[in-house]
Amino acid sequence: MQQDPKIEYRALTPEEEARRRKRSVAIALALGAMVLLFFVLTIAKLGPQVLNRPL
Amino acid sequence: MTSASHTLNPALSTVGGDVPDYFALLKPRVMVLVIFTALVGMSVSHGHVSPAIGAISLFAIAVGAGASGCLNMWWDADVDAVMTRTASRPIPAGRITSGEALGFGLFLSVASVLVLGLAANVLSAALLAFTIVFYAVIYSMWLKRSTAQNIVIGGAAGALPPVIGQAVVDGRLGVESLILFAIIFIWTPPHFWALALIKAGEYARAGIPMMPNVAGPESTRRQIVWYSLFLAPLGLAPVALGYGGLLYAVIGTVGGVGMVALSFRVLHNRTGEAEKKAAMGLFGFSILYLFALFSALLAEQSLGLFHSVLA
Repeated sequence: MQQDPKIEYRALTPEEEARRRKRSVAIALALGAMVLLFFVLTIAKLGPQVLNRPL
Repeated sequence: MTSASHTLNPALSTVGGDVPDYFALLKPRVMVLVIFTALVGMSVSHGHVSPAIGAISLFAIAVGAGASGCLNMWWDADVDAVMTRTASRPIPAGRITSGEALGFGLFLSVASVLVLGLAANVLSAALLAFTIVFYAVIYSMWLKRSTAQNIVIGGAAGALPPVIGQAVVDGRLGVESLILFAIIFIWTPPHFWALALIKAGEYARAGIPMMPNVAGPESTRRQIVWYSLFLAPLGLAPVALGYGGLLYAVIGTVGGVGMVALSFRVLHNRTGEAEKKAAMGLFGFSILYLFALFSALLAEQSLGLFHSVLA
């Protein structure tokens, strides 16, 4: 990402970086949970007989 | 070279909060109550729903409630900052920006309604959307700062989860959960005003027109008594309609008498430590009362403890 030369940036402190890492892990876990939720929802909606049908 | 991902624009006030700060935005204690009351709404339904669909629906209802709490905190950050009870919330404490909270709340609102619509039905999703809008827009943005009836009307949002729960299972509005709605709705004013009597100074400083600040403590105490007198028999309506059994009837009767007795104690103790003790006593008991009523219904419907008291 290109930095705006008019703005004086500062480096993140180790504490801020750790916080950001934890947030990233939480977002990844939430996304995984959402995938699982939609999978379970789909299976529950289709029912156990979904594959038992004439071709 | 310093990469952009490791630098911060100082114009931004914060780098983002810790994970528990985002969780706190969802008012987790309210979420637990919503899950509980929605579950009771499901238990008094007539139909059947698979455990997976039921669990996902409850989860969606809880997230929707959390989202409305998050939007409430976004809107009320200025008020929260001046009240001791709420000053340490993530936004007034400066751990999360209001923009982040707004985005988080809006995303969860839309996601929870969509998931509930997919898992259950359109009616329950519409009711959840209505609840979120009612709490975040009607109550938080409009009623809370403009009328002393704020928590009376706003109480409808907190009372809707059982109705949503029954809509998930039955796909329609049922009289059973509408009675539960009425019980929570009538329970809310004496519950909240007991606390408001003690915190009147803080509400006044924050500019929130709570009943004790607008109509005065005397009028508030009288209204608490009237609401409790109405609540006690209303709490027994499930017995009359046949879905509250013996256990519920006993708890409803004892609890109802307790609510009325404690509200009269609030009416007669008007100064000093006695006033505070009476008000906090009613506040605490009201939580116990509602929890016991709903627990009794859940136990009777789910654990086979139902014994009809009707001939």
